[in-house]
Amino acid sequence: MNSLIAAAGPSAYWYLTRSTGAVSLILLTLALVLGVIDVGRFSSVAWPRFVVDSLHRNASLLALAFLGVHIITAVLDSFAPISIVNAVIPFTGSYRPFWLGLGALSFDMIVAVIVTSLMRRSMGHSTWRAIHWLVYASWPIALLHGFGTGSDVKSAWLLAISVLCLIAVVAAVLVRVAAGWPRQIGIRGAALGGTAAFTLGLLLWLPSGPLGKEWARRSGTPSSLLGHKVKSTSEASR
Amino acid sequence: MGTTSTAGVEIEQMTDAGESQDGGGAAGLPRLLEGVPAQGAMSLQAHLDIHGEPPPARRRDRRGAAALIDQIEQAGLGGRGGAGFPLARKMRGVAEGKGKPIVLVNATEGEPASLKDRTLLETLPHLVLDGATLAARALGAEEAILCVCESASTAQERAAAAIAEREQLQGHWARVALATAPEGYVVGQESALVNHLNGGEAKPTFTPPAPYQRGVRRRPTLVSNAETLAHVALIARHGARWFRQLGLSEQPGSTLITLSGPLAYPGVYEVEFGASLASLIEAAGGIKARVRGALFGGYAGSWIEASALSGLALSNPHLAPYGSTLGAGVVALLSEQACPVAEVTRVTRWLQRQSTGQCGPCVHGLAALADTLEQAMHGGVHAREATARVEHLSALVARRGACGHPDGTTRFAISGIEVFAAEFADHAKHGTCDACARAPELPLPARARVARSGADGRTRRRGILEPRDPEGVSKWPNACA
Amino acid sequence: MAERVRVNPITCEAHGMCAELLPERITLDEWGYPIVDERPLSGETVAHAQRAAQACPTFALLVERERAR
Repeated sequence: MNSLIAAAGPSAYWYLTRSTGAVSLILLTLALVLGVIDVGRFSSVAWPRFVVDSLHRNASLLALAFLGVHIITAVLDSFAPISIVNAVIPFTGSYRPFWLGLGALSFDMIVAVIVTSLMRRSMGHSTWRAIHWLVYASWPIALLHGFGTGSDVKSAWLLAISVLCLIAVVAAVLVRVAAGWPRQIGIRGAALGGTAAFTLGLLLWLPSGPLGKEWARRSGTPSSLLGHKVKSTSEASR
Repeated sequence: MGTTSTAGVEIEQMTDAGESQDGGGAAGLPRLLEGVPAQGAMSLQAHLDIHGEPPPARRRDRRGAAALIDQIEQAGLGGRGGAGFPLARKMRGVAEGKGKPIVLVNATEGEPASLKDRTLLETLPHLVLDGATLAARALGAEEAILCVCESASTAQERAAAAIAEREQLQGHWARVALATAPEGYVVGQESALVNHLNGGEAKPTFTPPAPYQRGVRRRPTLVSNAETLAHVALIARHGARWFRQLGLSEQPGSTLITLSGPLAYPGVYEVEFGASLASLIEAAGGIKARVRGALFGGYAGSWIEASALSGLALSNPHLAPYGSTLGAGVVALLSEQACPVAEVTRVTRWLQRQSTGQCGPCVHGLAALADTLEQAMHGGVHAREATARVEHLSALVARRGACGHPDGTTRFAISGIEVFAAEFADHAKHGTCDACARAPELPLPARARVARSGADGRTRRRGILEPRDPEGVSKWPNACA
Repeated sequence: MAERVRVNPITCEAHGMCAELLPERITLDEWGYPIVDERPLSGETVAHAQRAAQACPTFALLVERERAR
């Protein structure tokens, strides 16, 4: 019994990091959708403007909190060699460097967006807005990170969450562009084009990528861990 | 030739009736326009010959320099840019600011129906430059900036030449730099001009801080109309009591008026405050067609109907009972052949397009205003509804912009609707009239944007009154010949 | 030493949160821009005004004390 438990790979941290990762994605999606509703000036009796705005701000702060837990537990977990540096500086480290790096990149952007929003008074409006638009880059990067790094990617529940979040974000972008924001038509075109390209690319890539064979090895998991993974799977199946 | 202030109208005056116009140090007219050349600009030497030397600067005499502000205060000189704000009060505000002050001469003259500032720069630049440097000295400023509209090429050339002439002189002239500003009705607004010179857009900024506190290069800035400073040049030489020998006690001195309309000689005239409109029209050679009404103060001003014009005197206290002011000295007569509805509507639409687009109430309010007027002009609406809508819009935009543009535009439109109520009602019911298609009488710049000197190799003149006949051009703006 | 509420019309983008949070002093015109009642604020409303000023996404709403005209 003891040997089973000792040999069973993933620790509590590993579960925590995966679950908080999923929750972070949901919260980031919520924050983005609320942001689009906010700038679209939607309001009703039940949903006054200041409520939408407050929810948007709070959802993003909550997402940051969950992201923090997601990162710390990933670092603390002994299974994969992820240091705090890898988590913040993109593309360093030995565990799936590219896909983990995307996560670090996305996190950096989110931090920039939130910090500039908290310090909004000290900067010009156009500067603040330009940085805020990084969310439209950090979200897809976070999604790719989830697909590339996550070990649950083939599980139905996580796939469903990811797809639902993708639908929500695509819908939000379409609503925003259709309503005529931003005013420059070039940017609207770029938004539509980028969204279409990303969605299409994702759908084409997933089957042969993370949903395909031996993704753990192809994504850059260190070989020492690959064996361990196989072992634990066969252990569990006994 | 000056304008007398008699012509059988009873007005309170400082001068005796029938005062002759000697010029120079005497109490009569012309003052600013004395010796104005028929062609070209008055040279520095001629300027000094006619007006004399300005009071010299004594090296360590700060009190002497600041004494000019006292003189201006006693003279009661108000700004000639439209608002009439007491210059002395403005100067004291600048003097109390933090940092070395700077003088900004506003000669942009974005008001299409006004020509006086360009006239001053084209014919009498040394009056303006004297005033600017004297004001600078009084404030302890070492620099003055003369700002002209970028399309006013003649004014720029002559001002530059005059500045070069003065550089030959030794001593007490402050450095004057020439700057240009883009064309636009709102560009001449104080904070807009300062913003432009600070490298920003020529659009008004949120105040405080106002330019007198923090303006060009964050220094206390005296923004003053060119004509105001021209008066300063003469007050410094002849004193406050001399200045008050003309005009009214509430509004002393003389002023330049741009008179336009069906006249023999429309153009720029110098009158004393309180002079009768009739005498001014007489000086302009009389009217060539019957007049339907007159616009006072420019396109942010208001209308007075023809029946009230005969006994009218030219001063703010006299115009106040009619809800008008002289503004920047604009009097535009509208002939009976013109369609007042078309004119008011056209100018209102132009004013709406002149909005800098920064403030929601202005952008939306003026658009709704112009739309309402155009609907009324083309018929099919109830006159009373249209009037009610215009009044509602006017109350809605009042003081809700960063500058006074929406307020001025609604004032212009409402007074037009009131004074020409019968014509508006007629249009609302029946649509456009024959006169609607006539050539416009109220002047507007030919194009909203300045032409770059392009294929034709010359910068063309913009922002000048469109003359009704080509000969008219040579007769003004050097009127008062 | 009264506080008053004022709007910077240039930075205001008609988000409309101020009118929701300070209906005592702010109503919206037909285009969504705030119409401000510039009467002085009483004790309790000052707190509401400050919250409204913080909620404004462009910081166009200002709570000012003793504005010198």
